[in-house]
Amino acid sequence: MEQAYTISVFTENKIGLLNRITIIFTRRKINVESLTVSESGISKDIFRFTVVIRTTPDYIGKVVKQIEKQIDVLKAFYYEDKDIIYQEIAMYKMPTSVLAKSEVVEKIVRNNNARILTIEEEFVVIEKTGHEDETQQLLEALRPYGLLSFARSGRVAIAKPMKPLALHLKELQEANS
Amino acid sequence: MTTSTFSEKPKFIEDSAFDLGEAVSFVEQPILEKKNISGAEAVILSLIAEQVEAVFGYPGGAIMPVYDALHGYNDKLKHYLVRHEQGATHAAQGYARVAKRAGVCFATSGPGATNLITGIADAMIDSTPLVCITGQVARHLLGTDAFQETDVIGISMPVTKWNFQVTRADEIAEAIAKAFYIAESGRPGPVLIDITKNAQIEMCDFVYRKCTRVRSYVPQLPIKMKAINEAAELINHAQKPMFLIGQGIILSQAQEELKKVLEKSGAPAASTLLGLSALSHTHPNYVGYLGMHGNYGPNVKSNEADVIIAVGMRFDDRVTGDLKTYLKKAKIIHIEIDPAEIDKNVKTDVAIISDAKEALIALLPKLKQKTYPEWMAEFKECDRIEKEKVLDKDFAPNTEKIKMAEVIKMLSEKTKGKAIIVTDVGQHQMTTTRYYQFEQTQSNITSGGLGTMGFALPASIGAKIGRQDREVIAIIGDGGFQMTLQELGVIMQYEVGVKIVILNNSFLGMVRQWQQLFFEKRYSFTEMHNPNFVKLAEAYNIPAKKLEKREDMSNVLDLMLDHKGSFLLEIVVEKEDNVFPMVPAGASVSNIRLE
Ligand SMILES: Cc1ncc(C[n+]2csc(CCOP(=O)(O)OP(=O)(O)O)c2C)c(N)n1
Repeated sequence: MEQAYTISVFTENKIGLLNRITIIFTRRKINVESLTVSESGISKDIFRFTVVIRTTPDYIGKVVKQIEKQIDVLKAFYYEDKDIIYQEIAMYKMPTSVLAKSEVVEKIVRNNNARILTIEEEFVVIEKTGHEDETQQLLEALRPYGLLSFARSGRVAIAKPMKPLALHLKELQEANS
Repeated sequence: MTTSTFSEKPKFIEDSAFDLGEAVSFVEQPILEKKNISGAEAVILSLIAEQVEAVFGYPGGAIMPVYDALHGYNDKLKHYLVRHEQGATHAAQGYARVAKRAGVCFATSGPGATNLITGIADAMIDSTPLVCITGQVARHLLGTDAFQETDVIGISMPVTKWNFQVTRADEIAEAIAKAFYIAESGRPGPVLIDITKNAQIEMCDFVYRKCTRVRSYVPQLPIKMKAINEAAELINHAQKPMFLIGQGIILSQAQEELKKVLEKSGAPAASTLLGLSALSHTHPNYVGYLGMHGNYGPNVKSNEADVIIAVGMRFDDRVTGDLKTYLKKAKIIHIEIDPAEIDKNVKTDVAIISDAKEALIALLPKLKQKTYPEWMAEFKECDRIEKEKVLDKDFAPNTEKIKMAEVIKMLSEKTKGKAIIVTDVGQHQMTTTRYYQFEQTQSNITSGGLGTMGFALPASIGAKIGRQDREVIAIIGDGGFQMTLQELGVIMQYEVGVKIVILNNSFLGMVRQWQQLFFEKRYSFTEMHNPNFVKLAEAYNIPAKKLEKREDMSNVLDLMLDHKGSFLLEIVVEKEDNVFPMVPAGASVSNIRLE
């Protein structure tokens, strides 16, 4: 059975590495559901890729080993949703008039723990951070009131297991000396 | 709350706690230095610093500065002008496989670089170290669809172990040092360095230091003794153990260690296609060749073994056949340097992620001295069946034309199994690897994983250049020969003394065999009207002969082997001969067909 996995990849900051990682999925006909790249917090030149894919429990380990095999990848991990804290951010652009006309939209925003980022003369931008189903729910709720635009980020995730990354990296360096 | 409770808090380690050190490390002492030289000269000096002896390449606009710099170093760096860039990669592969060093190629941008791709893909899947250097349009033209601009980094990414684009002269030394380190260490593979033309022309102060470490890349994990002990335990208690040996033995130069382990454990060993010649074919523990056209015994017996020890091999589908029925009775030990190969195709019980040599050294003292006379006798019995059903037919002189098998058997006898044998892809390849009795290691050069027709002729050139002291014989089908025959020009120009045997069946034989067996003999576009190969060779000043009669075979083979320098021998063989045994694609190895 296919299920969602979140893959965290720690890499050198190199041109083309995104390509090297995505072709591993392309070649195996795996769709990338979401992808985020940022600094890792380890050091300025180590980056973190967070990739969400759907595949089988049998296959995920093999795919992640192929990622880790790339020369500029330090370490790659994969998690099921229960093993991570994860969030996505969504933004919703609505006409300002819908807020003025009725309180419904304001209620929706309040009940969903969303917030209004900006109010311009013609439009407002609402922001919600949460899991995909939550931001999706808000999307469906707002849609009838005239949703002008919608954008959702890729997933960012922090792993629950307490074995620190530093230890993994230390093991890696010991193997490499 | 007091401050003391704070300090009793469990100590957490932050992600950033560990200092990773330099991204890339180099030996402190430079090997070579020169001030104020062009990037192009830096390329050549980098190769000289790496003690490269041979470069296979082809010039063009975007790499002309490098060729210009090469001109001044002809005495130190020998360049071979191939006739097509694919030939450069295959020649470099042939060189790398015998010289135990990365093969080096040059090509220009655009079509020059794209012509390298087949060979690079071949090197990738067969773990052959290559350093390919391509010219690229100038930095400011990147992305403009400039003349002969292709995205070589993008195109080569899936088939290189690593690749990198250099856009400044001062990056060249480090990029090339890193390229050699990555290509040759761990599981070897091809790398590509794409150098923009401006970087070749710009001046730099050149300092070459060998690369020793890339922090994000672990070529070899340290051995876990726990796994070694578990493996030894399984082997020592086995009733029917069997080794499956692959190219990892040759790449890690573990031939002697393998012999010791086999002689102590008493277990039989079968080889993959690329593992051939790792163990002498006359060694008492050697039981033959695995895979689609391998021997009967090792194929069927692998499914009866109770402990499998796979060393430096990757369970290719041509070896395993149907995975659902493969090795089901066995506990599986997999000794393999590349962690991504563990459990990829076959689930292991004990994984030893290691260089083959180190693992065998660690394993040897833990093994009990054992013998398996009954188990070995089962292989002998299989050999008897295979002889009766296959070999006796292959070698019986009952056909009008010569059979491939007869040629290989005689060639094997005449060369005492000591030649370097380079094969192309098809029936002749399977027949050669079945019947050539490899006595000496590093003698089997073939395109295994990719099955690239056209491989053998250029690869044999590289092999001869890498090992001038050894006899190099290319055995090629009439089809595959015509894919890269232009490389006869290299043999002519540089007097490369390879022997070329074309086994001419006037068919794309292997495809015809499948058409006969699986497509009801519908021979769709497999028959070939061939040129006069002898005249073709003579046009290149290469002595040549055509052999048609069985009774002339011995004399003509002697003539070829005694000839100093290159020689082309066309042998007209049976048109519709088949290679057996055969495990039909997707079938279980237990259901190997003998006829
Ligand atoms: C580049 C390439 N194209 C196509 C194939 C498919 N193929 C495999 S074997 C074969 C026939 C080879 O014929 P020939 O070279 O005459 O050798 P024979 O099998 O007759 O010994 C073909 C076409 C291949 N392996 N490589």
